[in-house]
Amino acid sequence: MKILIIEDDLETAAYLTKAFREAGLTVDHASDGDSGYFLATENSYDVMVVDRMLPKRDGLSIISSLRDQGNETPVLILSALGQVDDRVTGLRAGGDDYLTKPYAFSELLARVEILGRRKGTRDTETVYRVGDLELDRLSHEVRRGGQVINLQPREYSLLEYLMNNAGQVVTRTMLLENVWDYHFDPQTNVIDVHISRLRSKIEKGFEGSLLHTIRGAGYILKASE
Amino acid sequence: MARLNAMLKTTAVRLSLLYLLLFVVSATVLLFYVSAQSEKALRGQTERAIERDVRTINNTYRRSGVNGLVRQIERRSRQPGSSLYIIASPNGEIFAGNVSEIQPGIFDQDGDIDEPFKYKRFGDFDAEYTALAHVMQLPNGFKLLVGRDLAEPDRFNSLIERALMTALAIMGIGALAIWFFVGRSALKRIDRMSVASEKIMAGDLSQRLPVMGSGDEFDRMSTSLNTMLGRIEQLNEGLRQVSDNIAHDLKTPLTRLRNRAEATLASKATAKDYRAALEDMISESDQLIRIFSALLMISRVEAGSAAAKLSDLDLSAVALDAAELYEPVAEDVDVKLITDIDENITINGNRELIGQTLSNLIDNAIKYASDENNPRDDASIWVRLKEQDKMIVLSVSDNGPGIPDDKFDEVTKRFVRLDKSRNKPGTGLGLSLVDAVIRMHSGKLELSATNATQKEFPGLTVDLKFPVKT
Repeated sequence: MKILIIEDDLETAAYLTKAFREAGLTVDHASDGDSGYFLATENSYDVMVVDRMLPKRDGLSIISSLRDQGNETPVLILSALGQVDDRVTGLRAGGDDYLTKPYAFSELLARVEILGRRKGTRDTETVYRVGDLELDRLSHEVRRGGQVINLQPREYSLLEYLMNNAGQVVTRTMLLENVWDYHFDPQTNVIDVHISRLRSKIEKGFEGSLLHTIRGAGYILKASE
Repeated sequence: MARLNAMLKTTAVRLSLLYLLLFVVSATVLLFYVSAQSEKALRGQTERAIERDVRTINNTYRRSGVNGLVRQIERRSRQPGSSLYIIASPNGEIFAGNVSEIQPGIFDQDGDIDEPFKYKRFGDFDAEYTALAHVMQLPNGFKLLVGRDLAEPDRFNSLIERALMTALAIMGIGALAIWFFVGRSALKRIDRMSVASEKIMAGDLSQRLPVMGSGDEFDRMSTSLNTMLGRIEQLNEGLRQVSDNIAHDLKTPLTRLRNRAEATLASKATAKDYRAALEDMISESDQLIRIFSALLMISRVEAGSAAAKLSDLDLSAVALDAAELYEPVAEDVDVKLITDIDENITINGNRELIGQTLSNLIDNAIKYASDENNPRDDASIWVRLKEQDKMIVLSVSDNGPGIPDDKFDEVTKRFVRLDKSRNKPGTGLGLSLVDAVIRMHSGKLELSATNATQKEFPGLTVDLKFPVKT
């Protein structure tokens, strides 16, 4: 996966570049709005990570210009502004995801990877399958090894999101945002509790674990080898 | 010189000078007017006296002819006084009378001579006198002049002028002195006020502007400024307390963070120990970030920047969502979460902020209802939403240990945590944020005991009261 980072703080940029490369991504970096916009129009990227406040040209204007030209590369906005309205304006300008500084790198990586895979999205599939777990998006039925599992509506949405992003790390905030539509940090481990409930429903009495906890990052749903 | 300059700049001196100028102008006008009037009056008197003389002399002339006239003139001329009498020949030579020399051309006129003219008297050739007169043409070409000297009325007139001038000068000086003292006292009070405000600007907010107790404009201004200062001092005090608290609450985790790093470096740690230490440090940093975000959020909510983003909000749905989110959390720690939420209640609000507020409250309630060391069978929390007394009341209650009545006000202050040992996790900002959000929604935050009769576990009920949407 090839990504472009537009970030004016050189130390942050160096750290991000190194960390993304270690995670196996190809990284280009621009340190101001103009050169960032130039790179974005010259090359083709899978994901762009754009700081909101940049010298010469601000992040939001880069994104709007790219979208106006029909460039649909997924963009993740990084910002020190974290209010509700800031996120809404960011997304309205054409951003696909919004992350407030300071953030954990694991959070950023998880989000970038999900954005990068979005091209091959599973949205068109009517049945999601992970190992012997099946989720029918039309009948809202969940089975494992042919046996029906009864889920609460929210548990169903949670599983649907996890299966849609199967094989990808999803963070707690991503779950909170996408399943509950909450954009704040609820402090306690609410998500962990919901995950462990879901886990017991889809794993108890079955062979092999599917829903794994990644320490310091989040969760991943995948069939064990 | 600089002092004089400064003095000239003061309002008192400027006003005094302006008043002085006005006074001089009006006094001058007055002076001219009065002296003109008095001169006119005196002139009139002189003219009437001349007229009387002329009438008498005319009678004599008619009765006794030229000889009688000359006799009378000679007689009158010998009498002392200010009257002038002249009989002149047709070529202007003085024939009889009490005048030795007269301004030429006078005899060419007939009747009243309006302009004062000059003449000289017998026995006093050096002095020139001025007079008004009436000239009569006698039938034989002789002329008769009857007049009055003007020295007397002129003296009187100048006496009036001098008296008037003296009076005005005294008034002027007096007024100037009064203005000066009045101005100076006003100036002094303003000086005192600026001294006090300079001290205040220098940081001594306990200073107040002087109030003399006279109830005048200065006092009224000082009083209202003092009220303002009181408010500022109060706000400043609050701010100072908050920054003290911030310093304390941020310093503690920062110190812990630093100590952890230092201790790990100093010890002979294995890779596993390093990893554990780093993970601890990350969670410590997360806590710091949380405090910062909460503070930032409170100040932004208080600044009202999100106020514009209020819209129709289904409060029932928000309450149900939050209860549902926390239900498993409560269950995990053996706390019953009981909901009593009326449907279809909407307010003018912001979903994110209300959601966060409610999460905060439910989270707190669960925290205080449960007690790991001392589990209870009946630990419960309630989430209720009702419309009552024309208010929408969203309340979160627990049956935990509650808080003392007299602390209700205190807990909404930033960083106030009644749990002084700070054993339970938290930033001490939760209720401050709730308070700020509710105020932004024109609502009210009210705290009470859930069950006041219960001694050990009165519990805490937090009521969020919103106005009914109009």
